[in-house]
Amino acid sequence: MASEIVRRPRPKGGGAVPFQRLLWRFAWLRPLLLLAPPLAWFLLVYIASLVLLLITAFWSIDPFTTQIIQVWNTNNFRVIFTEPTYRTIIGRTVLMAALVTITDAVLAFPFAYFMARVATRRVQTILFALVLLPLWASYLARVYSWILILNHNGLLNWSLRSIGLPPADIGYTNTAMWVVFSYIWLPFMIIPVYAALERVPESLLEAAADLGARRWRAMRDIVLPLALPGVAAGSIFTFSLTLGDYITPILVGGAGSSFIGNVVYANVGIANNIPFAAALATVPVAIMAVYLLIAQRLGAFEAL
Amino acid sequence: MSSGVGGLTGWVRLGCLTAAALLAVTACGSNAPPTGSTQAPPPTAKMATPTSIGPGEGQLNLIAWEGYVDDSWVKQFTAASGCKVNAKYAGSSDEMVSLMKDGGGGQYDMVSASGDADLRLIYSGDVRPMNEKLIPDFANFQSYFKSPPYNTISGVHYGISLQWGPNTLLYNTKKFVNPPTSWNVLYDKTNTGLVTVPDNPIQIADAALYLMKTQPNLKITDPYELKQNQFDAAVKLLKDQRPLIKKYWALASDEISLFQNGDVTVGAAWPYQTIQLKAAGAPVADTIPSEGATGWGDTWMLGTKATHPNCAYLWTAYVSTPKVQATQALFFGETPVNTKACAEMETLQAGSCAQYHADAAGSYFDTIKFWKTPIAQCGDGSSSCIPYDQWVAAWTTIKG
Repeated sequence: MASEIVRRPRPKGGGAVPFQRLLWRFAWLRPLLLLAPPLAWFLLVYIASLVLLLITAFWSIDPFTTQIIQVWNTNNFRVIFTEPTYRTIIGRTVLMAALVTITDAVLAFPFAYFMARVATRRVQTILFALVLLPLWASYLARVYSWILILNHNGLLNWSLRSIGLPPADIGYTNTAMWVVFSYIWLPFMIIPVYAALERVPESLLEAAADLGARRWRAMRDIVLPLALPGVAAGSIFTFSLTLGDYITPILVGGAGSSFIGNVVYANVGIANNIPFAAALATVPVAIMAVYLLIAQRLGAFEAL
Repeated sequence: MSSGVGGLTGWVRLGCLTAAALLAVTACGSNAPPTGSTQAPPPTAKMATPTSIGPGEGQLNLIAWEGYVDDSWVKQFTAASGCKVNAKYAGSSDEMVSLMKDGGGGQYDMVSASGDADLRLIYSGDVRPMNEKLIPDFANFQSYFKSPPYNTISGVHYGISLQWGPNTLLYNTKKFVNPPTSWNVLYDKTNTGLVTVPDNPIQIADAALYLMKTQPNLKITDPYELKQNQFDAAVKLLKDQRPLIKKYWALASDEISLFQNGDVTVGAAWPYQTIQLKAAGAPVADTIPSEGATGWGDTWMLGTKATHPNCAYLWTAYVSTPKVQATQALFFGETPVNTKACAEMETLQAGSCAQYHADAAGSYFDTIKFWKTPIAQCGDGSSSCIPYDQWVAAWTTIKG
């Protein structure tokens, strides 16, 4: 019976039927074939590079010719954890990432709330476009425009002077970095918070009202807890993007504004000390691993 | 010849690595002679140089600073020599060093390296000696640039000097009615938040140069050859300077906008920034203070494995001619090493020869300490000087 089917002439695609039969007989083959290319990509490109990074971190270089010496040692990590400067830089980077995340969460929540639950459909569309509009402009262009605003003769000081106030002079300081980071990553917080708020069922709020809860009580006990996963999801973006940035510190930062990324960049580009750069690069990876664990507890992955 | 030398150093390095692995020594370079120590002559020191330039190979691959291989003088060279020029622009001295690894790998013929990269290239065996007699204009060079210590070792020229520039003190003439005469304005607390200096580890040498004059008891003789206590003093001076710094500038354009916007009033700069700022109408001037200054000198160096050596020699001879020297100097904002270029500069832009110090007397060069790679070997023969990788590490702690 089966051999007859194979012998029957077909217009095209000769091998299709046995192949389908194969898939039917071994049900596990289908997901395997489907997943093989992305899995191979993930293992080879993603995991392999991380493993290489980790291995390189335990090597060292010849100080003069900058050739890599493949001898295992933990010197790089010893320097990172004993030299106070690196601790300061790691601390500064993490603190800035946390500050930017909090600032963006505080700024994004009322905005996203208005967008999701108050604005009409038309206003909502306009606001959406406005939130996403800066993302169309180059990152560098937006950072440079902030330099023009914050520098000594910039828009900020000019405005302050024209209303009779002393100049702020926050250009090229950590404050300037905080302002610029908070601005640049704000859309990445607004969108997930908006998505979470839009999913809060109207019926819950009606039920709360029926049970006599006032507006603020409903906000505190229903809206905020349900929006928290969205905030946690947004914070993954704002936190990790700030943690890994090195361009804004170069352009907007002043003296004492180096980030982990800047030291990595200097060790690759100036010192050619790739093992040390690799060792330092594992620090944000470890920090993010811990952060993602916390975010997962807060339900961030359900909100994404 | 080139493969022989490359092969030899390869084996020596391998042996060094194996020995290090066996002994479980952490850093091979710190105690093994072939790559790390500078007591031995550079690996390519004995390579023979050509006695005449043969016909061009039709192609030349260069690693250069942006603006060093411009069509305005390259076209004529290609037409005359038949050598088609391919240039790869490098962003930093360190990028140049890594591109030239393994003698350019047969891929790159020449590199326009600055003094802070030269010794690294020479002692890694990545560049080979050049015969200065094949460069007709060599005789017209400022005598300092015939054999500067950053590209000539024991009389062997590992490249031919090209252009140079001093690192100057740039200041706002409205804030400094009396022109400053000392680098001390960069360390003076009254200028807190108004200073900018380059974001470059070689800046430690500028501090050492200042200490040479202000703290003679440290006995610093060469700002690039610092012993531990001298190095520590320079690093401390720079750490104390940090509160004064508005920004460590990375690009010349950064410093230009800092001065234009009034964020800073004084800083360390190149003549290029002064010229650009003055052209834009900013109230600035520059000076070489009484302590002297550091400076940079660029050199065309020939890769150990260069596959187009004839084109390389033709190119070096061509860019050493007064006309090309003057054109490049004005294009980039730097100073030619060929003394005959002064007249050419005047025809291109009146007053430019004096403006760029292209007519400087020999004594002028005593006031300038040209960049060279800090290495462990000191001028006195001992190996107790602080090498460059520690300069880089210290620079991170200075910037904070």
